[in-house]
Amino acid sequence: MLNFSLLADATDHAAATAIGVIQPAVDAPDLKWAGLIIGLPALSALLCTICGAMRVRSKLPAFITIVALIGSFVLTCMLFQQLGQGAPRVVGLFEWMSFSWGNADRFQSFSAPFALYVDSLTLFWMLFVTGLGSLIAIYASEYMESDVGKGYTRFFGGVSVFLAAMATLVMASNLVVLYLGWEGVGLASYLLIGYYYSKPSAVAAAKKAFIMNRIGDLGLALGISLIWVNYGTVDYATLFSVLEAGPTAGHGDWMPGAIPFLLMLGAFGKSAQIPLFTWLPDAMEGPTPVSALIHAATMVTAGVYLIARMYPLFALHEDALATVAWVGGLTAFVAATIGMAQYDMKRVWAYSTISQLGYMFLGLGVGTTFGAGYHVFTHAFFKALLFLTAGAVMHGFAGQIDIRKLSGLRKVPGFRLVSYLALLGCLWLSALPFSAAFFSKDTILTAALGSERSDFQFLGWLGLLTAGITAYYTFRVWFRTFAGPVHFEAGDEQHDAHDDTHDPHHAPVAGLSLGAKHDFHPHGPRWAIRIPLILIAIGAVAAGWPAYNVLFFHGENWVQSMIAHSSAVAGSGEVHGQDVLGLSAHLMTSIVGSTACVIGIGIAFWMHLADRSAADRVRSALRGFILTRWIPTTLENRWYVDEIYHMMFRLPLWAGSHILHFFDKTVVDGFLVDGTGRVPVAVARLFQPLYNGVLQGYAATMAGGFVLIAGWVFWIWLRGNG
Amino acid sequence: MTELLATYDASSVNAALLTSSVLFGIGLVGFLSRRNMIVMFLCTELMFQGAALAMIAFGRVHGNPDGQTFVIFILTIAAAEAALALGLVVLLYRRRETLDSEAWSELKEC
Repeated sequence: MLNFSLLADATDHAAATAIGVIQPAVDAPDLKWAGLIIGLPALSALLCTICGAMRVRSKLPAFITIVALIGSFVLTCMLFQQLGQGAPRVVGLFEWMSFSWGNADRFQSFSAPFALYVDSLTLFWMLFVTGLGSLIAIYASEYMESDVGKGYTRFFGGVSVFLAAMATLVMASNLVVLYLGWEGVGLASYLLIGYYYSKPSAVAAAKKAFIMNRIGDLGLALGISLIWVNYGTVDYATLFSVLEAGPTAGHGDWMPGAIPFLLMLGAFGKSAQIPLFTWLPDAMEGPTPVSALIHAATMVTAGVYLIARMYPLFALHEDALATVAWVGGLTAFVAATIGMAQYDMKRVWAYSTISQLGYMFLGLGVGTTFGAGYHVFTHAFFKALLFLTAGAVMHGFAGQIDIRKLSGLRKVPGFRLVSYLALLGCLWLSALPFSAAFFSKDTILTAALGSERSDFQFLGWLGLLTAGITAYYTFRVWFRTFAGPVHFEAGDEQHDAHDDTHDPHHAPVAGLSLGAKHDFHPHGPRWAIRIPLILIAIGAVAAGWPAYNVLFFHGENWVQSMIAHSSAVAGSGEVHGQDVLGLSAHLMTSIVGSTACVIGIGIAFWMHLADRSAADRVRSALRGFILTRWIPTTLENRWYVDEIYHMMFRLPLWAGSHILHFFDKTVVDGFLVDGTGRVPVAVARLFQPLYNGVLQGYAATMAGGFVLIAGWVFWIWLRGNG
Repeated sequence: MTELLATYDASSVNAALLTSSVLFGIGLVGFLSRRNMIVMFLCTELMFQGAALAMIAFGRVHGNPDGQTFVIFILTIAAAEAALALGLVVLLYRRRETLDSEAWSELKEC
């Protein structure tokens, strides 16, 4: 049995024990203004469209978006102030879907009003979504300035659409409205990844993201349908009360068991977990603020949100949670190993995002929604910080992001602040002891390591190993790019137009130093980039406050109590767990995790700062030994997952489509359609000799035909007269 | 007028129908045996008038003026059509410098 301790004694009902006590929802028509949290970004999207139609060539769209997002953030804060951790409020905005059918004997109806379900989980999510959204919009107003005009308007329109959809997803009061937001963020993600639509790689990445997400969304759509069929409602409040009442009878056994697996597929697609993770690294083709906002901090956590929101459903199915744990644990490990061997800074951060999302799913799977939720919160800040510093580098070095071509940026004028903020982000990502991420990751790993299930314990150890790998690849990037001797090559963004692909196969380029392009001077970021960076860094540090409050002041963890007052109450308890190797799980995780972090940073220091040729020596040593020969190339090629998918899905589909095309051309078109057309032609050929071109011949045929018909009529007349 | 139409002489109707058959027959035979396009056109006119005469005769049998009314219309249309057809014949003649309808036999299919 999983470790669901909190509030377990409040009731002795079996189902209620597993899913905890969820406060009943209260109707709150007086909170209708909360709809503006969705409405303001939607309005901003509309205004950006008008700006686009009027060909505005100023920073007006950015201004509109920033004002709308800050407005949303302020409203969210007001809502938080008013509700805090009180009972969930349901705010009906308008009727949306309402059908009924059948007769009095068998009356059925389906209703999905456009309503908001505001509980502490909603508020928790909305606070960092709108807060980070506002800051990243300010950052983007400077970052995108080279595109002022059509592209600028399109970009901010996309960001507004994203925020409106994300707010809909998080604040929905039923699964159908959630699905609307879910698809909306997918659309915004597609539009923004494909922002540089003249670049073939960006278009391909956008399509890949969209199609992979559709696979997951199919699972979510089927899951929602089955929830309605099985529980007769898609409304959260009703669904939770049905679940608390105990297992439902009827409809066969397979259906309730299948629902969490289908929902999980949707979550894995949106949050880039195995098997649907390959779209996220490619999504880095989008502008960097988009990567920070959508593909690191907010949208990709929607999968975690879905499972946390539907946790009562998952808590009743131990197998489903175990699957989530395994997928999360393995994704964390695999993505971290890939991150070790990538040369594109944004791609390293993309793999680290996948890896950290894997930790969150591991947390959900092993039963600590608190750990998962806390990690979402800390990760949102430090990962946004890492992406935004990477973006500041790209912005200053004309799109250069290859860590082999940048070094010692710490000493380049204008990049000092960026470098040290990146260091902060790196330390937080490596879970430096007493940083915010240390506590959140610690909670997850303690729950895994201290579990009674041996497979969860294995995942816990794997997670600790992954923590070491994370520290290594994070500092590999920082030591290579921001430390060491100063040399850099500018990117080709403003110099020439050809496609800048970062080929991971060719060997690292060394020796090109400052002045390779004499006309290039990197420009440091100005205030619109610096201020959001500083604020997000403050947020990343402050995200540790809830844990310090527990540790030093014996207070309560704010995140924990937020989650304990929501539908994810079941896993929000303090994690204790069993002893591991004679030490408490908590202590064990802290000690091993800190050691792994220090060792990882140490190896990175040796290989990428103290003696940079050591990295190449290690690589050739691995290549030289037969058992480890595969490791470097496999990691550089991302475990060949794309290639495997190509062989498994794209090639059979390609071959199948060619076979069907052949069938269509020969049998359907060739035989059925053209064959039918040939029948009248053939019949006509039979009689064609009669048409000899002699006018008299035609006249004689006519006359003869007339005589025949007249004769026939006459004959009948004769017979009639008998 | 109605009295005039109400009674009819069977023999005169027969004679009119016979005349119309003869006219139609002469036209048909002429159309089939001659190749000169003007003569062929005149033959079609002959068949036309045969049919028109039969219509007057049958109108007389039924005792109403419909047959005659139709014929008046037919004559006006026929006048217009004759002008058109003669124009066509002239054009065809200018193309081939002959009135022989055989000259146009390659207009057949294939």
